[in-house]
Amino acid sequence: MTGAPLLSVEDVAVDLPTPRGNLRAVDGVDLTVGAGRTLGIVGESGCGKTMLSRAILQLLPRKAKLSGRVRFDGQDLVRLAPEALRKLRARSLAVVFQDPMTSLNPVLTIGTQLIETLQEHLELDQAAAKRRSIELLAAVGIPAPEARLMQYPHQLSGGMRQRVAIAIALSCEPKLLIADEPTTALDVTIQAQILDLLAREQRRRHMAMIIITHDLGVVAGRTDEVAVMYAGRVVERAPTHALFKRMHMPYTEALLAAIPKIDAAPHTRLPAISGRPPDPTRPLKGCSFSPRCRYVARRCHAEKPLLAKAESSDHEFACFNPIHVEAGVSA
Amino acid sequence: MTAAAAQSSRDPLLSVENLVVEYALGGKTVHAVSGVSLQIARGETLGLVGESGCGKSTLGRAVLQLRRAVSGRVLFDGQDLTVMQGDALRLMRRRVQLIFQDPIASLNPRRRIGDIVGEPLVIAGIKDAGRRKQLVRDVLTAVGLDPDLVAGRLPHEFSGGQCQRICIARALVLNPDFIICDEPVSALDVSIRAQILNLLEEMKARFGLTLLFIAHDLAIVKAVSDRVAVMYLGRLCEVGPSEQLFARPAHPYTALLIEAIPVPDPDVRPAESVPVGEPPSPIAPPSGCRFRTRCPRADQRCRDEMPELRTVAPNQYAACHHPLT
Repeated sequence: MTGAPLLSVEDVAVDLPTPRGNLRAVDGVDLTVGAGRTLGIVGESGCGKTMLSRAILQLLPRKAKLSGRVRFDGQDLVRLAPEALRKLRARSLAVVFQDPMTSLNPVLTIGTQLIETLQEHLELDQAAAKRRSIELLAAVGIPAPEARLMQYPHQLSGGMRQRVAIAIALSCEPKLLIADEPTTALDVTIQAQILDLLAREQRRRHMAMIIITHDLGVVAGRTDEVAVMYAGRVVERAPTHALFKRMHMPYTEALLAAIPKIDAAPHTRLPAISGRPPDPTRPLKGCSFSPRCRYVARRCHAEKPLLAKAESSDHEFACFNPIHVEAGVSA
Repeated sequence: MTAAAAQSSRDPLLSVENLVVEYALGGKTVHAVSGVSLQIARGETLGLVGESGCGKSTLGRAVLQLRRAVSGRVLFDGQDLTVMQGDALRLMRRRVQLIFQDPIASLNPRRRIGDIVGEPLVIAGIKDAGRRKQLVRDVLTAVGLDPDLVAGRLPHEFSGGQCQRICIARALVLNPDFIICDEPVSALDVSIRAQILNLLEEMKARFGLTLLFIAHDLAIVKAVSDRVAVMYLGRLCEVGPSEQLFARPAHPYTALLIEAIPVPDPDVRPAESVPVGEPPSPIAPPSGCRFRTRCPRADQRCRDEMPELRTVAPNQYAACHHPLT
């Protein structure tokens, strides 16, 4: 791996017109993902993580305004012609959504959907595409794959549907897979299986991956790097291990503390984050987290903190009053 | 008396005995709840966990008689709800309230918050409008909302967390004894979740409530429950005091659920998940032990013989032929 990263997001902003005024969903985000690496993007609903992934995929709502640059594999996706973009999305840029029913066509069999994708993009003949489909379904852990080709999405369980969606996403050997809350709709036992499946296929294919989630537990063991988003901005970014070891942004700390711990005694009061995220159509002058932050100072209300480097160049945070805590020992 | 019936002998407020709930689906029978017995003591929180489709919500609804049981009894404060009809049932329901998963969908979008929270009082026949208004104000204040700011507004003006506060206020306004919370925080963001869980704990202490807390997230269930019951495909696998159950699960399914929880610590490498597959259909549940098709310990006996809940430790019961402890 030399030179430019596989994906680099440079100063990307997304504006959505709403009846209440302009909504800045993504606000000046910079990120990179190297080939074969996994980035976790963590944040609560409305923090802009899904809009950011759609900006990368160039799948924004028509009314949305995008600025900045998205460089992928040497090309600027923002400036790419629609046909070239379509080819690129088919071959090297794949996505798995939270609800597999949104990406599967309900009136076509699993086989038709897989075989069509393969024929279209890999120029295989019918028999070869069918063979490849069966291999793919087997690879994602679907029992009796040949019989499944004849089934429709509604005949499968949620976990099985998500496996099919992953099989389709992997079918053309993408260089980058974006998984947007891939397990949020699934039960916890199925979630572990799907996350393992993604990790295994990633290693095997040396594919880069972005996992978007609200669950710090999902990113902890399964990513190389984490970006925490709040109110449209990246507020902390670090290698996963460094982040959990020493988090600097109070929001990251509060988010981790608010998760009930499996080893805590019952009826332990949870350190909740008071209030709620700011209205995205009414941006604050200062730090977006300042109204909820327990370390807030006067400066936080007046000025927006920029991402700054911590002790190492790959750990950044946006805070005037950073904390230095070892994970797990915070109050 | 079976172990199941004996699991909590001190003064039960709710006692479910051998409850069976089935419903028809396209000419077939869904065995949603197949012979569940449990007791909840006064002032206790019982957590009920299981994957989607295991029958945990159906069980909650059957307690309230929103779905009638095929057989079995639901004793609430000594009275059998399954044989109650009409006014008697309506009166009893004032003492038992329900909070749902989707707080926004459970509020009528066209009605003002004050009316929504006051509706149970109208149904209960409290004619004095001034008194109703005062009770609504009190309960809104109790759940952390300012009645002057919220009573005149509509549900869409509130976030999910605030709507859940409103739902909790509505459940509390008749001063019930027992609340069934069906996945009350799973639709909420992490930061809001903790607020609502703390609120439920406060309200439980303040109003002297007994809770049945249904959820699929074990860490959340543990945070609020005195005892936990684990359900799988319509049957109870294991019941026990929260800490004991999490420290020493006896049923392989309980152990599987605990292992599957993602831990927010990169030093804890996620254990490579056992390929346990998916739960079978409740239309045709497996013979013998219903978990056997996903269980690493299953043998011929599990296929032939349905395990009953048996004592595995003080106050801990598991339905397994090959328990882990």
